[in-house]
Amino acid sequence: MILTLCINGETHRVTSDPDTPLIYVLRDELKLKGTKLGCGLEQCGACAVLVEGKVVLSCVSAVETFDGKEITTIEGIGDTSVGSRVQDAFVSMSAAQCGYCTAGLVVATTALLTSNPTPDKDSISQALTPHLCRCGSHPRVLRAVEQAANT
Amino acid sequence: MSLQTYPLVADWITARDGRLLIHTGKVDIGQRISTALIQIAHEELTLPWDRIDIAPVRTGHAPDEGITSGSNSIEQSGHALRCAAITLRDCLIKFAAEQSGGDIDDWVLSDGALRRDGTNLCIDLVDLTSDIAADTPIDENSVTAPRSVDALPRPEMRGLDDMVRGTFTYIHDLERPGMIHARLIRPPHAKATLLDIDAKKTGELEASGFSIIRDGSFLALAGPQEWPVVKAATRLASACHWSLDTGLPESDVFKDLTAAKAQSFLIVDAAPTDDPIPKPDPNVDHSARYERPYQMHGSLAPSAALAEWTGGILTVHSHSQGIYPLRDSIADSLGLAPDQVDITHVPGSGCYGHSGADDAAFETSLIAMALPDTPVMLKWTRDDEHAWEPYAPAMAVDLAAQVCDGKILAYSADVFSDTHRGRPRAGPNRAGPSRLLSNRFRSTPIGPISAQPNLGRHAGMHRNLDPVYTFSETRLVKNLVSGLPHRTSAMRCLGAAANIFALESFMDELAQSYSVPPVIFRKSHLGEPRALTVLTELDRKIAARPELPENHGRGIAYAQYKNQMTRVGVSVDLAVNDRAEIKLKHIIIVADAGRVIDAEGLSAQLEGGCLQAASWAIYEQVKWDRDGIQSRDWDSYPVIRFDNIPTIDVTILDRPNDPSVGAGEASPGPTIAAIANAVFDATGIRMRRMPFIPDAIMQVAAAN
Repeated sequence: MILTLCINGETHRVTSDPDTPLIYVLRDELKLKGTKLGCGLEQCGACAVLVEGKVVLSCVSAVETFDGKEITTIEGIGDTSVGSRVQDAFVSMSAAQCGYCTAGLVVATTALLTSNPTPDKDSISQALTPHLCRCGSHPRVLRAVEQAANT
Repeated sequence: MSLQTYPLVADWITARDGRLLIHTGKVDIGQRISTALIQIAHEELTLPWDRIDIAPVRTGHAPDEGITSGSNSIEQSGHALRCAAITLRDCLIKFAAEQSGGDIDDWVLSDGALRRDGTNLCIDLVDLTSDIAADTPIDENSVTAPRSVDALPRPEMRGLDDMVRGTFTYIHDLERPGMIHARLIRPPHAKATLLDIDAKKTGELEASGFSIIRDGSFLALAGPQEWPVVKAATRLASACHWSLDTGLPESDVFKDLTAAKAQSFLIVDAAPTDDPIPKPDPNVDHSARYERPYQMHGSLAPSAALAEWTGGILTVHSHSQGIYPLRDSIADSLGLAPDQVDITHVPGSGCYGHSGADDAAFETSLIAMALPDTPVMLKWTRDDEHAWEPYAPAMAVDLAAQVCDGKILAYSADVFSDTHRGRPRAGPNRAGPSRLLSNRFRSTPIGPISAQPNLGRHAGMHRNLDPVYTFSETRLVKNLVSGLPHRTSAMRCLGAAANIFALESFMDELAQSYSVPPVIFRKSHLGEPRALTVLTELDRKIAARPELPENHGRGIAYAQYKNQMTRVGVSVDLAVNDRAEIKLKHIIIVADAGRVIDAEGLSAQLEGGCLQAASWAIYEQVKWDRDGIQSRDWDSYPVIRFDNIPTIDVTILDRPNDPSVGAGEASPGPTIAAIANAVFDATGIRMRRMPFIPDAIMQVAAAN
């Protein structure tokens, strides 16, 4: 069975088994390695991508459920004006240590600011709480979100 | 150590393709050491950052600097590099004068070029570096010009741009032609052994193109595509029959942390001795016991490695913190010569100490040896990482004091713990192989071995057991307890986390008893001017804070890591709500780390250490029962998330004339204590065992 995925504006025909979680298709078949696997349980947020503009954790749901859908990964997030602003803000606030959670956080922040350009603290916390950071970069990430929202 | 072993400029700095290459044995684990090293070279040589690279950290090529640990990288690699850079600069100026005339003083270095005053002569520093003698020794007495924090250029963190764009390469992202993926099938728990595997199922899997690798109770499966391998590994697991032996011991570990079960040593000048241990004086004014449970590093990325066995050489890529000790341990395990094992460091996610990285590198090697000429990528699962990483040991600290006129006169501290030294490193009883997890499961097992006491200064569990305060009499005892339920090793701060939690809670309790403000009480036991300055600045920052609302509390703590590195004062404002949940509000950190190299990196380490410690204090504990580890994911092992992040205000004191000291482990200890002290301030409940979860807070409240 061949599925069609639209990833970062490009159409890909994928041959992985339909039950394959999306992240394995992205990383193993399509070699889009920017999306990170942290738990495979939808508990840590490292694997976040956008599907039709909404944050989806890609480590559990089977690729067949995304057939024909528009997917944006970290590799394509900078092509949007919000995504690019978020990336710049993360750099200017030094909002990463090891950086393994960063792709997921950039994706989640982009989705948040696209739907809500001026989020309050609670909305930011709600959007980012599904994402773990073990290095303790949280205060810098929060400053980056604020900066991206204010520019 | 680094300078003595590698005394030449060329050991640390070489030129290639118009760029300077820094050679270091310290690896970047998110602590920004590579950014700091580039900054040091930039400061001394004025070369723009984008013309300075870090050479791959690879065995046989990089300086052997042991393990990247103990917050030592700045003082070891950083110091060596700075001396090398200053020596290089002085050599180059002399060389330019000899080659192109003029006095040394006529030559000025800027933007990586030497210019001679009054001429248009300009020599590129990198070009000239290639010309200096390969055996130029480093001048160990190199003197650097002091530089104030405000005058510091702010380097961009190395790799950051790639991280935000998804183009930074982690170990998990490596690809090789013909590479196969592997997964492990783990025993249900550490005491289990593999009896047999259903042959029909293994036959089916092999017929489908999967390789099954078994050595005793070590079991792995490999195949060309990752997800089919994940699924097949689950099928293989269901075909295994295990002997469960007696299961995991279910006794209360805190009851086992006693002198009766320990090897005990009197600590003198921060190091264990054979001196007789005086009995504790029964006449004490205050005593208390503080405890930390088993906790995990909990790396965000499960451990991984890439290995290939070709032509008698085992090539390994690993996120280990110590590639040389790992090389020797893998070679010994497999009967190879060390130079048959070639390890290159590739970043993983943050590890915060000895995570599963070394074990994964060895397990990948076992699989690669069984499947020659094939690159093998092994990734641990989340379950593997949670259940099989070496944990930070459970600890207990018994403190007692005699007090007179509000001053502590006699102070006694007994610390109890299993070993913090579980890294694979050559030593008696084949200590290297014995500490690689899967060796104990092979058909000819190696290890585990019982831990030998670490006799170094401020090492292992007795790190920061020596109080930073001046007490007229101290009795300090290290108690190494063996035979406890779990494999343990080094986690950020080692014993300092529990020891500082204990001492700084104890100081707070005494300050409360004698109705002395906590900053004043600490100051009255401190003579060192730099410590006093940190506390004065902390007090000043606190004074500028608004008054606390109801149900809120404020606690402070102070520590100097190993009593010789970064000094940190912490103040925590928090609330405890009706459900006994701790909500962090505002944290102040004041730090003195000597001369600052990378201010952003230093702040990030202080903030990160603070939040990791807040997570330990409020949430984290490994749970298990007879059937195995119960903390197997982020639901069963909760950690801090974005819904409990305080504002953090970091002040770094400017010390341009003092040596730079490590800061990566300086803030956690005082943060834990400051949280405990703030909980007491908010509720009157004294929490002496981590984590301060609602159930625990309610229990202590009910017992009061």
